[in-house]
Amino acid sequence: MSKKQTLVVIGNGMVGQNFLAGLVNSGAKEHFEIILFCEEPRPAYDRVHLSAFFSGKTAQDLSMVEDGFFEQHGITVHLGDRAKSIDRIAKTVLSEKGVRIVYDKIVLATGSYPFVPPVPGHERDRCLVYRTIEDLEAIQSAAEQSKVGVVVGGGLLGLEAAKALKDLGLTTHVVEFAPRLMAVQLDDGGGALLKRKIEALGVTVHLNKNTTLIDDGESCLHKMNFAGGDALETDLILFSAGIRPRDDIARACELEVGPRGGIVIDNQCRTSDPDIFAIGECALWNNRIFGLVAPGYAMARTVVSVLEGGDNYFTGADMSTKLKLMGVDVASIGDAHAQTPGALVYTYQNGDSEVYKQLVVSADKKRLLGAVLVGEASGYGTLLQYCLNGIELPENPDSLILPHRSDESVGLGPDALPMSAQICSCHDVDKATLCSAIEAGCNTVPALKSETKAGTGCGGCVPLMKSVMECELAKLGIEVSTDICEHFPHTRQELYHLVMVEEIKTFDELLEKHGQGRGCEVCKQAVGSILASYWNDYILNKEHVGLQDTNDIFLANMQKDGTYSVVPRVTGGEIQPEKLIVLGQVAKKYGLYTKITGGQRVDLFGARVEQLPSIWRELIDAGFESGHAYGKSLRTVKSCVGSTWCRFGVDDSVGLAIELENRYKGLRAPHKIKFAVSGCTRECAEAQSKDIGVIATEGGWNLYVCGNGGMKPRHGDLFATQLDKETLIKYIDRVLIFYVRTADRMQRTSVWMENMEGGLDYLRSVVIEDSLGIGEALEKQMRHVIDTYQCEWKTTIEDESKLKRFRHFVNSDRPDDNIVFVEERGQVRPADEQEREALKARKHFKILEEA
Amino acid sequence: MSMSEWIDVCSFDDLQPDSGVCVWADGRQIALFYMPKEQAVYAVDNFDPFGKVNVLSRGMIGDIGGQPMVASPLYKQHFNLETGVCFEDETVKIETYGVRIENRRVAVNV
Repeated sequence: MSKKQTLVVIGNGMVGQNFLAGLVNSGAKEHFEIILFCEEPRPAYDRVHLSAFFSGKTAQDLSMVEDGFFEQHGITVHLGDRAKSIDRIAKTVLSEKGVRIVYDKIVLATGSYPFVPPVPGHERDRCLVYRTIEDLEAIQSAAEQSKVGVVVGGGLLGLEAAKALKDLGLTTHVVEFAPRLMAVQLDDGGGALLKRKIEALGVTVHLNKNTTLIDDGESCLHKMNFAGGDALETDLILFSAGIRPRDDIARACELEVGPRGGIVIDNQCRTSDPDIFAIGECALWNNRIFGLVAPGYAMARTVVSVLEGGDNYFTGADMSTKLKLMGVDVASIGDAHAQTPGALVYTYQNGDSEVYKQLVVSADKKRLLGAVLVGEASGYGTLLQYCLNGIELPENPDSLILPHRSDESVGLGPDALPMSAQICSCHDVDKATLCSAIEAGCNTVPALKSETKAGTGCGGCVPLMKSVMECELAKLGIEVSTDICEHFPHTRQELYHLVMVEEIKTFDELLEKHGQGRGCEVCKQAVGSILASYWNDYILNKEHVGLQDTNDIFLANMQKDGTYSVVPRVTGGEIQPEKLIVLGQVAKKYGLYTKITGGQRVDLFGARVEQLPSIWRELIDAGFESGHAYGKSLRTVKSCVGSTWCRFGVDDSVGLAIELENRYKGLRAPHKIKFAVSGCTRECAEAQSKDIGVIATEGGWNLYVCGNGGMKPRHGDLFATQLDKETLIKYIDRVLIFYVRTADRMQRTSVWMENMEGGLDYLRSVVIEDSLGIGEALEKQMRHVIDTYQCEWKTTIEDESKLKRFRHFVNSDRPDDNIVFVEERGQVRPADEQEREALKARKHFKILEEA
Repeated sequence: MSMSEWIDVCSFDDLQPDSGVCVWADGRQIALFYMPKEQAVYAVDNFDPFGKVNVLSRGMIGDIGGQPMVASPLYKQHFNLETGVCFEDETVKIETYGVRIENRRVAVNV
């Protein structure tokens, strides 16, 4: 085995460390003895998220070097010792502390330093820069004596620094020489919006300001005098006016440097001396310095490959960025300033929601050249793919930035991406790598992540990765089955038709005719719901009871500790004082935790299964009935107080809400259903976020359908306007039964609508124009459900045999000793695991003592 | 030598067809599931190792690939009623017990 060569790495910033991490995992590791010089007192840390230091992150949290990394890989580290000079003839490196190393190869990763404009006074006390952890410590201590802070420079780093000053509690200003913020990345429109947004956050922005002198202030430590004659007083000044490559060590040993600085490198990151490489912000490639971390990493990968004997090339890097500046989304892609000859510009600006989007498109309107997004940057991934891969644009390119009526995305089909498209930029994973992993059997997102590392950095690419996976699986013929489960080769809608056409009344009958096996919780619940909405039998009948989830079996909602919550119906949210008192009395008697729900009812928590019948007996005696909070069924019809009391009310929203709730209560559906009725267009009942929403107008009721709050909010679609009550109810009857018959299992109306071919227009044609000729049948089925309504709790407590189930043990009256409550804010809550064990132990000892 | 013993727990009529009940068996909570079509009765721990509460008897039953199973009513993990092994995480297993039916009485082997 040949003797190892000595490789000296100078600089341990993010890029230097990335290079080391790549090197020790490569074949080149065997051939090199590695020696590292690092000027700072600590090894590499995350400079990109430096401002996190002020929100509580420690230097240790920001570290990018795993514990024991250097020892494990036999790297000799000289921390806090700057490499001072290189003797290229003797091939030695000399450090400040006098360490001299004979080298075979050198990698320069010296990074950059902050540029401080040579303004007279820039060396005064509390005039600082923002680059290292030591800088941050200095800023922190200077801020303690300061009230006002100024950042000189309104670029990316300057705005980060302004956030840091704001977080430190200073009155913060940004002073920028150029006429806009982020002059490199943004155009005028984007810069103007960003300025407005940042000023709304309490940072004052001064543009077109050239500081000529810093001297003593009157109310503050400093006074910054500007070219126009005006001035600004401040206690602390942070310079963030750009970076300059640290090329002093290269200059001193006469390596070639650029006219404005930067160590000149070729496509393999070699300097003018073939044994010396330079990477990151100190390197000048093709007359460009790359001030972002991703291109630095690409250079690091190139050098690792060259040292391995490979032939990778650095071919430049995309400087597109997306980031959150002080909570504002900002993204810039490619030729953001439309400097390409003939380029066309499309701009969308929404002053109300403070969104600015601009596309720069080639003269033939075929290719995306660049883009700017401020205020809303969710389209970044798609636009970047268009730009980087030269994908042909749609006919109207502005459709990519115009808002869409529903929340469908303007995503690019994964098929349109070439194999070379980079999907994960954090780990440089392209589509080809994903595809071969998928072909090799990674059929889930977690499997793909662990195989390729894609999606494990910032996570932003996971949706795209998932759609690539689904598309590839489909192409491989791995079918994404629409069967409800392994027991039935049918969708829910098909099962519904089978039940209707063959008049099937039980799960066993359906399973025998059309399924296999014993069923499972998925198909049983779905069929239970189908049978309930079509035949509307009592759900706890012997043949149906096994189809119900525990919530339906016990007609209450199971909570995390195995107890239940009880929600009596309060139609329209209207309740007489006597009944409100009963709720309080019952809660008090049984020690229940009470909370008001979003649907204008009262939820009583912490009932043991054996307490449910007596609780309900008391509630029913007082005139309450089941609220069906446990079922996939109609929950509530929320209402505002309406014209009876409200000065603005147009119609009686409470009266209509009560009527609708009584009409549809108990209707079993593929998922829960919520209604609301508002008495005027002020919309206090939030009807447009409900499955069915009704709003009173002077000319009648307006009907909205398929809205949703919750995890994925959706605005309801305006279905019909100015309806009289009879027509309104007819339409709701038809919409609901059509939904019940045709939706998938666990599909809310919002998703049902989005997946419906023809969408809103189709639903209108079925319901309003009766295009399928089923209008009457739909109404008839609803009529049947309404006519056969029963309060499930009333039926249950009247039947002794049904009450047998409401015990924890069938062979003992003892309660479950694992249910333990503690008190909080004057009510009970479930004990957490530790509290539970402690309380159980105490009880045990007490019993022993008594014995 | 086996330390196990048979404990009489309830009447056969206390079982719920296609569903579950919980019995107290000498200090243990045991869930009993009755599948009438298969003429099978299964006994497993009532304790849900994921939710850490005593609720498995209130789960729905059926099969996965022909293996009899119960689905936890809390977080829907599935447990094999014959082996106790969790379908989603094979390192998790609940206790299973032998069941004997004689003279319409149910006994479990603990």
